[in-house]
Amino acid sequence: MNPFAYSKAADANQAVTTLSGKPNGKFLGGGTNLIDLMKMGVETPSELVDISRLPLAQIEELPDKRVRIGALARKSDVAEHELIKTRYPFLTEALLSGASPQLRNMATVGGNLLQRTRCYYFYDPAFPACNKRKPGSGCGALDGYNRIHAILGQSDQCIATHPSDMCVALAALEAIVRVRGPNGEREIAFGNFHRLPGDTPERDTNLAPGELIIAVDLPAMPFAARSHYLKVRDRASYAFALVSVAAALDLGPGKRINDVRIALGGVAHKPWRALAAEKQLTGQEASEKTFRDAAEAELAPAKGYNYNSFKIELAKRSIVQALSIITVS
Amino acid sequence: MAEDSKRPFRSKTNEVDRFSILGHPGTRRQFIKRVAGTSVAIAIGPNVLTSTSVGQPVPSDTTIATSESVKVNLSINGKKYALDVDTRVTLLDALRERLQLTGSKKGCDHGQCGACTVLVNGRRINSCLTLAVMHEGDEITTIEGLANGEDLHPMQAAFVEQDGFQCGYCTPGQICSAVALLKENHANNDDEIREWMSGNICRCGAYAGILAAIKEAKKKVRA
Repeated sequence: MNPFAYSKAADANQAVTTLSGKPNGKFLGGGTNLIDLMKMGVETPSELVDISRLPLAQIEELPDKRVRIGALARKSDVAEHELIKTRYPFLTEALLSGASPQLRNMATVGGNLLQRTRCYYFYDPAFPACNKRKPGSGCGALDGYNRIHAILGQSDQCIATHPSDMCVALAALEAIVRVRGPNGEREIAFGNFHRLPGDTPERDTNLAPGELIIAVDLPAMPFAARSHYLKVRDRASYAFALVSVAAALDLGPGKRINDVRIALGGVAHKPWRALAAEKQLTGQEASEKTFRDAAEAELAPAKGYNYNSFKIELAKRSIVQALSIITVS
Repeated sequence: MAEDSKRPFRSKTNEVDRFSILGHPGTRRQFIKRVAGTSVAIAIGPNVLTSTSVGQPVPSDTTIATSESVKVNLSINGKKYALDVDTRVTLLDALRERLQLTGSKKGCDHGQCGACTVLVNGRRINSCLTLAVMHEGDEITTIEGLANGEDLHPMQAAFVEQDGFQCGYCTPGQICSAVALLKENHANNDDEIREWMSGNICRCGAYAGILAAIKEAKKKVRA
């Protein structure tokens, strides 16, 4: 691990001020991904500002029924919180399907938004080619072993996927990310927080240098109480998703779909909001056929590679299964 | 050979030296440390041994700061320790290399195996993915802190009783994790125990015994 300067932030403003104008500095929260990447030599910050003790771990209902989750709330605490379990059950399911109990006790919500891809070619600097780690060096995954890689929204520069489960549910919820920077606070809509790779795969998010995530706001969205997170993976537990689906359904009389939210994990460089499927489903009657048709529409632009083409059919079936489970629940 | 009470493994299965596996600072480890320490000191000189415990060479990147040492006060198993540590030292390395609390094991060193599991303020975490300097003021409990004198913690006793290990390397992490599991109230059936213990890998595959041990301990410790 490279040497680095370390300090504890007294408050959020001081943390932001300390790292202002220091592109090589990083905030240290739970550390579960950052310290691992530092051991690997992928991340080499010259300075860490420890924010883990700042009072940003609240989970509270706002007067307008939205729920605010502090950026330093631990994944385990969010998952087990009564407000989250009852109003956003798929968020609890997503959180508990990720990592292990030990890691969930450490990992923060803000850090989860910023965790980096588990693409083998990114995570191990022994591989020379990775545009995300070393812009311009090429993509080792394109013609390499790409079983866990993207099928939607990828570019010829990068086919990495975003690894988070939690973020898939947050994408379906249209959460708002509150960030603080040298020029004050701003809000970022969840769909604009993470980026597609394009020609700049080294940038995972639209967070500006030096900005600190303060909180994530969840909309009231009563029909999220009827939701499900389906995760398909190689092991029954403690594995990243090959494909995952976060879905919520608002069903009216005669199983008419009044509203629906769907997001996919494991298929793209960012949590993939399935807008085409949602559009097709709205107003229709919930049935296996309408679910399948919507899944076909969503995956129509999908492109597979040598080892991951199975994900296209898997994603379609997962959408159908997730929606079917909610319909009969 | 004379009968040696400190031999790590005896021939009768019921007399397996549980202390060598369950965190008693004796026997094989002291021997290995003494031998290894001596030979290294002869080979490369004592100065090398006093350098940081993270042994990777520093790349020749001119923008990188030099190594930095900071003071940290740690509270471990009810005892206070004042340490000067390199900022890079993980909690696991501080325990093992600086404080000789070698019960917590380094398996993968990447948060994937759970061998390094310790309790921080009663919650289980991977000590390999957190820095020692982050834990000023925390109450840290390691496998060495679970027993009450010579009386094993009920979870330790259950692991012995139910044969919850083979080689024993993952066992301190398994036991710390299982102690937290009971507190979290996630040990209500076999499937739940398996799911909530999935962060602790056992390469010997002693899972059947581990499951049985946790169920036995749950009966004795009211969650």
